[in-house]
Amino acid sequence: MDTLLSLDWFLIATSLAKTVFVLFFVVLPMVSYTVYAERRVSALIQDRVGPNRTGFPTTLLGFKKDISPFLGGLGQPIADAVKLLTKEDFTPAHVNKFYYWIAPGLGIAAVIVTLAVIPFGSSFLGVPMVIANVNVGPLFIFAISSLSVYGIVLAGWSANSKYSFLGGIRSSSQMISYELALGLSVVPLFMILGRLNLPEIVNYQRDHGWLLVPFTDGHLSKLEILLWIPICISFFVFTISMFAETNRLPFDLPEAEQELVGGYHTEYSSMKFALFFLGEYAAMIAGSSLVVTLFLGGWHLPFIPDGAGQGGLEFLHRLPSWIWGLVNITAFFAKVGVLLLFFIWVRWTLPRFRYDQLMRLGWIFFFEIALVNVFVTAGILALFPN
Amino acid sequence: MAYIVHRPKLTFAEKLYLPQVVAGLAITFKHLKNMLLGRTKVVMQYPEEKWDSSMPAHYRGAPTLVRDEQGRERCVACQLCEFICPPRAITIKPGEIPAENKWAKVEKFPQAFDIDMIRCIYCGLCEEVCPEQAIFLRKDYAITGTTRAEMVHDKTKLYELGGVMHGVVNKWNSLK
Repeated sequence: MDTLLSLDWFLIATSLAKTVFVLFFVVLPMVSYTVYAERRVSALIQDRVGPNRTGFPTTLLGFKKDISPFLGGLGQPIADAVKLLTKEDFTPAHVNKFYYWIAPGLGIAAVIVTLAVIPFGSSFLGVPMVIANVNVGPLFIFAISSLSVYGIVLAGWSANSKYSFLGGIRSSSQMISYELALGLSVVPLFMILGRLNLPEIVNYQRDHGWLLVPFTDGHLSKLEILLWIPICISFFVFTISMFAETNRLPFDLPEAEQELVGGYHTEYSSMKFALFFLGEYAAMIAGSSLVVTLFLGGWHLPFIPDGAGQGGLEFLHRLPSWIWGLVNITAFFAKVGVLLLFFIWVRWTLPRFRYDQLMRLGWIFFFEIALVNVFVTAGILALFPN
Repeated sequence: MAYIVHRPKLTFAEKLYLPQVVAGLAITFKHLKNMLLGRTKVVMQYPEEKWDSSMPAHYRGAPTLVRDEQGRERCVACQLCEFICPPRAITIKPGEIPAENKWAKVEKFPQAFDIDMIRCIYCGLCEEVCPEQAIFLRKDYAITGTTRAEMVHDKTKLYELGGVMHGVVNKWNSLK
């Protein structure tokens, strides 16, 4: 009884509310609308129209007309979700049932867990807008996101099909190689910041300017300009490694349609396939969130106060601070959205790398660049002690 | 026959990939921008936009039967169209025009005239073979139905679609 009372019920309740909000009201809709944006933007880039028909079938509920939102097609993700949920869930006879069933769950769980440490807003009504405020944020993300390779490997292996198997093998080697560059490329940031707590990293960027755009706080010191070079390099390496890590197009060898049918999820159907799909896009969102948090100031916008009514322009403090809390959350997800659009843009521009090119790029270039970058940053920090 | 493919000598910029990547992104962005500004021509949005107004005069749509200015049904049930029809879509049941009728000299008329629109291939041979200028391919192309029976156009439906044809040769007017 005493242990029950001694639990911090407020913390548990708010964490639960935040988890539900982030997962079901932000990330899942964001995933489905990223898929929609992917189809629509790819169509526009290729001089087509794209899915512009599906509205909301309000005639089924007795209304006179179907609602067809301004661009049309905005009901498409909902229709897709219904389709995927109601399709026949077919398990081929030749698969290893146990691993075949747990693989999709493993794939998506690892991705969603990484979202827990991302600060998606400053604070709202006094509650900090991060689900788990841990002191090892980026390490936690790297540790967990490398587990998502298990989902892919198990899917590829258990399906007992050569295409799935090749996809799984490619994916695991690709993710393992790029994990190194990914981890090393952000080491300079932590040397500059001196902390690993993601909310604090965002607070630092609020006070000293975004790492990639150091003048957002209104002034530039010489050290900031000097450090901007290694930060740019690490942003470059980190973003490209993120493409490889999330199996996005210039590096989408695990599911190269022309060679491997569908890659590791060839033998999956219905919601199990949808979970892989979901996991892939959720990984994109998690990756973009990390890029935004580390390089682009997280939830911070210049001149806008935070959720506690601190900072920003003086006359904006007259409005209640919860409004600014909401603005911060919106700013964060808007930045993530812009990055997602960049992901899509790149996908429909670049052709796929060959496998040896991919490995060469990862091991010979990005790994070395990231390593040298660490030493360059160390040199700058040693020569110019603040 | 073996031959040697010479690898192109890449400049430093090309080896870096990056200028090419940026150039590619610029190209795709140009396409995106032109689409968003409505400068690119795209396909017609079918049910909302139709091409009916720009349809050519020789367009071959659904075959129909026509009447002339006097309101006489022009078909004389000679069955040439039935015989030439490649998919055998046409079925005619000829009948005799009664003696008291003004057009008794024409002798025959179709009691039933069915065109199975599931079979019809819109080739226009029926129109071409008709010695009476009675059957014409009109511009209707959206022929739909929910049953097979509905897709068979009977005589009433064919005359309804065909209407009156002006400017055809009325050879029976002068014949005794």
